[in-house]
Amino acid sequence: MAEGDHPNEQAHPSAETYLRVAAALVVLTVLEVGVFYVPAFHAVLVPTLLVLSALKFSLVVLFYMHLKMDSPFFSFLFGAPLLLATGVLVALLLLFFGTLTLRGAAGGG
Amino acid sequence: MTHAAATHHTSMGLDSRKIAFWAFIGSECLLFTSLISTYLVYKGRSVVGPSPHEILNIPFTSVSTFDLLMSSLMMVLALAAVQRGDMKWGKIWLFATALLGLVFLGGQVIEFTEFVHKGLTLQTNLFGCTFFVLTGTHGAHVTVGVLWLLTLWVRALQGKLGPGHALTVEITGLYWHFVDVVWIVIFTVVYLIQ
Repeated sequence: MAEGDHPNEQAHPSAETYLRVAAALVVLTVLEVGVFYVPAFHAVLVPTLLVLSALKFSLVVLFYMHLKMDSPFFSFLFGAPLLLATGVLVALLLLFFGTLTLRGAAGGG
Repeated sequence: MTHAAATHHTSMGLDSRKIAFWAFIGSECLLFTSLISTYLVYKGRSVVGPSPHEILNIPFTSVSTFDLLMSSLMMVLALAAVQRGDMKWGKIWLFATALLGLVFLGGQVIEFTEFVHKGLTLQTNLFGCTFFVLTGTHGAHVTVGVLWLLTLWVRALQGKLGPGHALTVEITGLYWHFVDVVWIVIFTVVYLIQ
């Protein structure tokens, strides 16, 4: 069996699919930069940018890194640390925001 | 010309090198998240300037982001060409990927130089320290990726890389795409959300 012939994996996408994903990535990047410059979006800037970034991240991981068609075990190897890392990031942000709030309350009291 | 490399299948029917590489990418997620967390935690706490909104050049970085996204496209096209045995296009796409990586690195060198001239260094403030460590670590990863791609390209020119080595190209691609997704996050978190 040559390299790349694995019984638990489906065939990779066609060049046409790769081009469509690239087009979507370019459109999403243009939207991100556009949202950044349009004042009307500033109220929802952070959630909008995070959603657009997550979409780009998912497209690359699913199609270019082939997680959509590869073995679910690879998704686990990538997803578990990513979940852990995201949890640590959120916990740290909450911890620091919490500390700031407590300091503010103590100072105000 | 080429000899199919020995396969390393596990009892799960998956190649052990690919499993090891995905585990490595998982560990890299933790590394970059720790750097991004540090950046975010210290965001807005610099006592002296320059601050992000004074110094970051969004149009310039948007072009760098576009460049890196296109390099990912070149990488998957290189893999597809190698898998179907079209080594002529395989070599072209591999070189194009490395070239776009070099363009990205050139952009980063220009950006860093400009920042230093404007007074932002590792020692200036918390923003400078966390920014240079995060983007510098990413740049170091891009450098490794470019060297890896050029090595594959040279091996392809020598006739030592063929369809039998598709998994080697795929693993290189996994690394390159991971570097790309890390930049997708950095571009949003550091540059756009100021």
